[in-house]
Amino acid sequence: MNLAVWVGGVAIAIQVGTSVLYPTLGEILGQRSGLVNLGIEGVMLMSAAVGYAVTAVTGNILLGVLAGVAAGAAFNLVFGVLVVTRRSNQLASGLSLYFLGAGLSALIGVSFIGQRIDGLRQLSFPGLSSLPSPWGRLFQQDILVWLVAPIAYLLWWVLSRTRWGLKLRATGEDRNSAYAAGVHPSRLQYQALGIAGALSGLGGVELALGYTKTWQEFMTSGRGFIAIVIVIFSLWHPLRAVGGALLFGAATALGLQLQAQGASISPYLLDMLPYLVTLTVVLIWGRPKAFTAPMGLREVFQGTAK
Amino acid sequence: MAGPRAHPGSFSGWPLPRAADAAARGALVVTAAFGAFALIMLLYERNPFGALAAMVSSTLGTSYGLSEVLVKMSPMLLTAVAVAVPARLGLVNVGGEGQMFIGGLCATWGALTFQGLPGWLLLPLMAILAFAGGGLWAGVTGWMRARGWLTEVFSTLLLNYIAILLVNFLVFGPWRDPGSGNYPQTRPIPDTAHLPLLGNTRVHAGIFVGLLAIVLFYPFLKKTRLGLQMRAAGGNPVAAAQTGIRVGRYIVIAMFVGGGLAGLAGMTQVAGIQFRLNPGLAAYVGYTGFLISWLAGHRPLAIVPMAFLLAVLAGGGDILQITQGVPYAVVNVLVALSLCLMLAVRARRVPS
Repeated sequence: MNLAVWVGGVAIAIQVGTSVLYPTLGEILGQRSGLVNLGIEGVMLMSAAVGYAVTAVTGNILLGVLAGVAAGAAFNLVFGVLVVTRRSNQLASGLSLYFLGAGLSALIGVSFIGQRIDGLRQLSFPGLSSLPSPWGRLFQQDILVWLVAPIAYLLWWVLSRTRWGLKLRATGEDRNSAYAAGVHPSRLQYQALGIAGALSGLGGVELALGYTKTWQEFMTSGRGFIAIVIVIFSLWHPLRAVGGALLFGAATALGLQLQAQGASISPYLLDMLPYLVTLTVVLIWGRPKAFTAPMGLREVFQGTAK
Repeated sequence: MAGPRAHPGSFSGWPLPRAADAAARGALVVTAAFGAFALIMLLYERNPFGALAAMVSSTLGTSYGLSEVLVKMSPMLLTAVAVAVPARLGLVNVGGEGQMFIGGLCATWGALTFQGLPGWLLLPLMAILAFAGGGLWAGVTGWMRARGWLTEVFSTLLLNYIAILLVNFLVFGPWRDPGSGNYPQTRPIPDTAHLPLLGNTRVHAGIFVGLLAIVLFYPFLKKTRLGLQMRAAGGNPVAAAQTGIRVGRYIVIAMFVGGGLAGLAGMTQVAGIQFRLNPGLAAYVGYTGFLISWLAGHRPLAIVPMAFLLAVLAGGGDILQITQGVPYAVVNVLVALSLCLMLAVRARRVPS
């Protein structure tokens, strides 16, 4: 494989990594507030479908992105109603949110299958995109790719350096103590879920409008679930999540580039790479010595009989 | 003197008997679900009552429709019990889809490799292979959970995607039937590997396998030592561990049994319906089983009517698509929405 293939692979890794980093960041925020949301796969699908439909109908991509993000935030609040207000089982609620999102998105997107749109424009990084041939490709990405790293940094700053972030983390560690200390846990959890839904929505929108520029049923193919695994791997830290998402992107890109080079390996085996890599990595590095997860999550994973 | 009080967990908040409270919740879920269905139908400019009538008459109104419901229901029973058994230990098995594919894969391999065997030997062999395959596929996730490495929720989910890709790899690659044209599938399994049919319908013996799993589930939990220890480990893992129950071992066993049952569902689909392995084998029945088990509260006797209901909905969904031109996804929305509503009305209000 020559240099151009490798650089192209890195460019794909960055773009695929972006689509999984947004939901990872959203899930980190939610889990830090004490809620495990298995439904972000459904949220991503909803945002992808709504974003795609609005873009295709209006022809205005900005409107599409905004609609997709708003749909993600609103849809994620359904999870809030179930687990915060109604106190139902988080894992079951998350999965039913996924099924609901999968069904609704299929319904919304049914008339857009097979269509193609222009999608998000590639924005060049001033100066760097005019580098010699293969390297310039790295610095031509769409706006959502450019924004993801600053957003990750912003999320880290908000969580660890602001009063709101402190209250949120306190809620995630021990809801009752936070309540006793004058925090309003339910309100904070709803706020976290709204932002998490918008972030997951950005992931879905990037996938539909930036990466593939098409709509397909179940097009997220497990990225929402992979994001949750990356949360564990990154030990609930937004900046470590960047590395985890890039690793997933790299595994996907490796498979794609090998196929493009005509490697004599079945594409179905190559498509397994991202899942296998994610599983392996979380088994090797995701095993915390101590329980590093927010303490509130312990309840969710231990004692889910009902 | 305290007046009548609502029992803890009362949904209405009124001092109603538990049964009336449950009935009120059920009525609310059904009304809201039908309301959503009616809304979607109106968006598609269809008459909601007409659509419902078409769904019911085409599935329950004719003997052919009813037999097709049973055909759809039979793997659902197995994938639902595949969720209910691990749930007794507080385990969440979302991997029924993948376990079903692996079961179908193992059964097909057995049928094609031991073609010469008589049916009475070949069918049990296929069942054992499917159970072992699906069981191991899920058992690994139980083992990882027991070691404290990774929660089974995530590992079972990710293994679904890997299982589907594995089946695709085989049917597009080494196992592909050269005579099947462009359609990706294996060679057909021999006639001796077909499950017996009921009369001249498409209903196959797989439905009895599913019902047997339901019937055995209850005495297994209540009457056997293994069942008692499993219930103890699920109820209070810490206390169970202190009384010498090896909780980790039961986690692996429960996942193995669950995965094995889902694997059997794959085997019955191969030997009863498809007669070969292809990528359409599971067709989301694994996920449907998850919804059924949760809707039934993991109670074996509630699984049967719930599976019947979902099979009717699935059959009705096909009819909606064909006669009313409404996408099949309407049914998925309806089922997922019902589960959301069930969860919402079942949960208890806690102060603060």
